[in-house]
Amino acid sequence: MSAVAAEVAGNDGGLSISLSRVVKSFGKLNVLGSFNLEIPAGQFLAVVGRSGGGKSTLLRLIAGLETATGGRVSIGGRDVDRTLPSVRLLFQEARLVPWQRVIENVGIARGPNWQETARRTLADVGLEGREDDWPSVLSGGQRQRVALARALVSAPQILLLDEPFGALDALTRIEMHRLLERIWTGRGFTTVLITHDVAEAVALADRVVVLREGAIALDIDVDLERPRRELADPRAVDLQRRILEAV
Amino acid sequence: MVDLSVAGIATGETRKPNLKSLWSGLAPWALPLVLLVVWEIAARTGLVTARLMPAPTTIAAAFWRSLLDGSLLFHTLASTRRAFIGLAIGGGLGFVAGVLTGLWKPAETLFDSTVQMVRNIPHLALIPLVILWFGIDETAKIFLVSIGVFFPIYINTFYGVRTIDPQIVEMASVYGLDRKALIRRIILPGALPSILVGLRYALGFMWLTLIVAETISSTNGIGYMTMNAREFLQTDVVLLGIIVYALLGKLADVVTRAIEKRVLVWHPAYRIKQGGEP
Repeated sequence: MSAVAAEVAGNDGGLSISLSRVVKSFGKLNVLGSFNLEIPAGQFLAVVGRSGGGKSTLLRLIAGLETATGGRVSIGGRDVDRTLPSVRLLFQEARLVPWQRVIENVGIARGPNWQETARRTLADVGLEGREDDWPSVLSGGQRQRVALARALVSAPQILLLDEPFGALDALTRIEMHRLLERIWTGRGFTTVLITHDVAEAVALADRVVVLREGAIALDIDVDLERPRRELADPRAVDLQRRILEAV
Repeated sequence: MVDLSVAGIATGETRKPNLKSLWSGLAPWALPLVLLVVWEIAARTGLVTARLMPAPTTIAAAFWRSLLDGSLLFHTLASTRRAFIGLAIGGGLGFVAGVLTGLWKPAETLFDSTVQMVRNIPHLALIPLVILWFGIDETAKIFLVSIGVFFPIYINTFYGVRTIDPQIVEMASVYGLDRKALIRRIILPGALPSILVGLRYALGFMWLTLIVAETISSTNGIGYMTMNAREFLQTDVVLLGIIVYALLGKLADVVTRAIEKRVLVWHPAYRIKQGGEP
């Protein structure tokens, strides 16, 4: 953990993720059945699907929060058997610790020089000057910014996002999209974004995978130049239509 | 600062809200005041027997007398000392046991059902046994107080540890907090509101136990003071003792509230209301 903090601002690149013949079942319920997915280093992948389709399970497997019933999950060629410091997860809820101030939340793992690093990362997500606030006074968007800063502070090589913008209003969500895109472009970590918002997937990702009943129903590349500010781009609209048909 | 500006606006506009706030500040004292006056008159006119129910002024005189000869301070200190030794022992054990059973399932299995069973025994029912065990010296009283405060602290600590948001605990483990950091930075601060509720209950039990224990056998303390006064039919001193107990209890409550306000600043429910709508 401590070694990571040394090169926070730098572009550390990403790690590849590989799932081969992964099976995950909870009791009799089969969530993923012989699932294969290769995510190259640095890619921004969006996973779209209905709720209960196994999206969150997929993410929790990569994060090391769940163990696969069968098959292999590996990160950068090494099998995942626990939560790794190079992998950070953003939850649906911000999950800030209410009794710690914003800066303490960001530097949750402490580590050497954590205050300085946390301060810089908070400025990076646009929360300069809010270091000493309590989480309860922040808005929903600000809380997710703090959560994002907390994820970024240890310079992760993989960032997993479990519908973190789902509860935000439309304008805040667009702000968060731009913020995430800017940071991802700067740092180049591998990103897996789970969402049920098809427009969000097309606006952010290099590649969209549609998950249906534990299997991949569609796997397409989003070959649009960045930054994607044109909402009514006919190519984007066409991609959204194709994804919606597959969901 | 916000408070001041709001108050400033209010006075600038009209004098009415000021009178209103003065009234709401004094209103709670109106009834006790009236009762005191009625009591005084009743005692003076012989409506009640002054020997059984002395007038408030007589009690005030007894207060002044015992303050001057130092006996009030002496007995109060003796009681307070017992109370806090008992609180430290019983509360400390309750806290440690609560954290342990809250965090560690085997400890809960082993310990909790026994505690829940013993909890239902009124601890004052142990007095005859305690006298047999420890005699009538200091240990017996401290033992009783310890038992009295153990349970509220134990139960609320256990509950506080158990009801911490599991999502935050999961987050902490994803973000690489080890067990020590998890307990110190997540679990204990998270359980603190509940622990402080336990402390307030415990303080109530603490004084209650002490009153009973001291009236049974003592050579000092407020309980002894009142029992001794009863022997000599000094009803004013008995009432004084009761008032001192009430004040000590209130003082303990005020202190815990102040602690709560201070350590729970992060909690929206404890944040000082900033002006607000009148």
